[in-house]
Amino acid sequence: MLLEVQDLKVTFTTGDGPVNAVNGVSFGIDTGQTLAIVGESGSGKSQTAYAAMGLLARNGTATGNVRFDGRDLLHLSQNDLNKVRAQEIAMIFQDPMTSLNPYLRISEQMAEVLTLHKGMSKRDAVTEAVKMLDAVRIPDARARITMYPHEFSGGMRQRIMIAMALLCRPRLLIADEPTTALDVTVQAQIMQLLGDIRRDFGTAIVLITHDLGVVAGFCDRTMVMYGGQVMEEGTTEDVFARPVHPYTVGLLRAVPRLDRDDGELQTIAGEPPDMSRLPAGCPFSPRCSIAKPRCEGTRPTLVHMSDFMGQDRRRACHADLSEVA
Amino acid sequence: MLSFILRRLAVAIPTMLILIVISFVLMFAAPGGPFNNDRPLPPEVLANIEARYGLDQPYIVQMTTYVWKVVTQFDFGPSFKYRDQTVNDIIRSGFPVTLVYGFWSFVVAVTVGVSLGVLAALKQNTWIDYLAVGVTVGAQVLPNFVMAPILVLVFTLWLGWLPGGGWNGGQWQYLVMPVIALSTSYMASIARIMRSSMLETLNAGFIRTARAKGLPMRRILWRHAMKPASLPMISYLGPAFVYMITGSVIIDVYFSTGGIGQYFVNSALSRDYSVIMGITILVGALTIGFNLLVDILYAWIDPKIRL
Repeated sequence: MLLEVQDLKVTFTTGDGPVNAVNGVSFGIDTGQTLAIVGESGSGKSQTAYAAMGLLARNGTATGNVRFDGRDLLHLSQNDLNKVRAQEIAMIFQDPMTSLNPYLRISEQMAEVLTLHKGMSKRDAVTEAVKMLDAVRIPDARARITMYPHEFSGGMRQRIMIAMALLCRPRLLIADEPTTALDVTVQAQIMQLLGDIRRDFGTAIVLITHDLGVVAGFCDRTMVMYGGQVMEEGTTEDVFARPVHPYTVGLLRAVPRLDRDDGELQTIAGEPPDMSRLPAGCPFSPRCSIAKPRCEGTRPTLVHMSDFMGQDRRRACHADLSEVA
Repeated sequence: MLSFILRRLAVAIPTMLILIVISFVLMFAAPGGPFNNDRPLPPEVLANIEARYGLDQPYIVQMTTYVWKVVTQFDFGPSFKYRDQTVNDIIRSGFPVTLVYGFWSFVVAVTVGVSLGVLAALKQNTWIDYLAVGVTVGAQVLPNFVMAPILVLVFTLWLGWLPGGGWNGGQWQYLVMPVIALSTSYMASIARIMRSSMLETLNAGFIRTARAKGLPMRRILWRHAMKPASLPMISYLGPAFVYMITGSVIIDVYFSTGGIGQYFVNSALSRDYSVIMGITILVGALTIGFNLLVDILYAWIDPKIRL
């Protein structure tokens, strides 16, 4: 395993008491693999990634086990963690408008990664950055690298973010909603680019998204999160073809389809849970159509379904498989 | 850039004229005049004196003559109160004094204020933050007319370390207390502005990106956070610097520094028209100048602003 997360919990201390954003998440990703983490806003998918990178807000604490290539990321010294960041695990964010520093030239923001981590001279670093901008298909990169972020479009800025993340050839790229803030056509281009990167650099990618359409053609495995917990996990094909959790079923029904006439678009009734007051049982039980008294009382554990369709599947649900979908 | 500066200077001219007209009108609208004493002068004598200073002319003529002299000869005229001094003399003797202690007050206020504000933001919700906020609140509520006598009491009367007043060419012993008394409240404001803007900046997405890039905190702070976080402070510093270098009557009175702040208040009380006008124009011109400087600094820091 390249990255292995075990029983990760994230708690934020707020004025209204503790908020449990992530409640015991476990997963792993192999070298060169792609994993999608999907779920609604507030399901804890982004905080899971931030916790692994040590990027939580100041009032957040993470417990559990995060191993990257054998190293325990949650207990590394700041110095060692800084070496892992960018050099081995890079991250790109949802909003390319705010994730680049508006006060610094692109050349400065990109070159500092290489001068700092690789000990390159400023000139070599800029040359390398230009190459990387070419690789993410920024036209006329040599001339444009001295520009400021506001002189680029949203899609171009996300390309710059991706180029910056790849400068040290990280083995893992965490993409937190990389296309959410972009136009649909630009979204497709960025996904295409991420696909090329996986192919050309062999980078493993964790794709965090709420857009199932983005996941479908891209990721090897899909993990569905809700209320800071994993609902189910399996190969993307299986999860889409045969969901084994009522929440996944609801999510898939809520995707608009052009190839089928489903009549009105379906939604999942109810609201996402209040993370400071999670139900004792399954977090999805208040919105689940097949919930039983047991679901409200005890939290279902995430178990391997060893022989399900011959594939490695995990799910956390009390209901019988026959009741789901 | 150059055309921006020229345009701003062009706007400054009508601004100054409006400032002069309003000051003139207000001054003459207030009852009394420079020669109204407790014991009234005989009307003939008063008429003679007023004729000598041109006060018998209509206001509009007085104003035009005044503006003409200021613009063409840089001559602010004679003082009405101090018979043997011109306004230029007063500014020449008082302004260098306030310029010196004002400048040092500015340096102290910015250095201490920025350090305290940044430190408090970095250590938010720890005892360091609470201490820094406590100090700034204390410094802000302590008026300098309370602080000045306390300083004199402690450092001059009790400890005997510093002279209780005077200027002596601006030697450092004479500078310490005026600088402390003048800079404290500005320091507090700067610290509070800096703390809140630094907190906001540290929460920005690009700071998260910088952390994700594995940059050490020191580099994140200086390279990525300092510029945007100092913008709100810079717009405060323009006018604050002008207030500091044009002095404070409290400082001048308590420490007998002979600065210009004292003349400003005395001239208003004694209706010394030409001194009031002279100092008003000086402060106005400095304010316009430093606001222009702030705008240029802004454009230099923020690439989105094009002048």
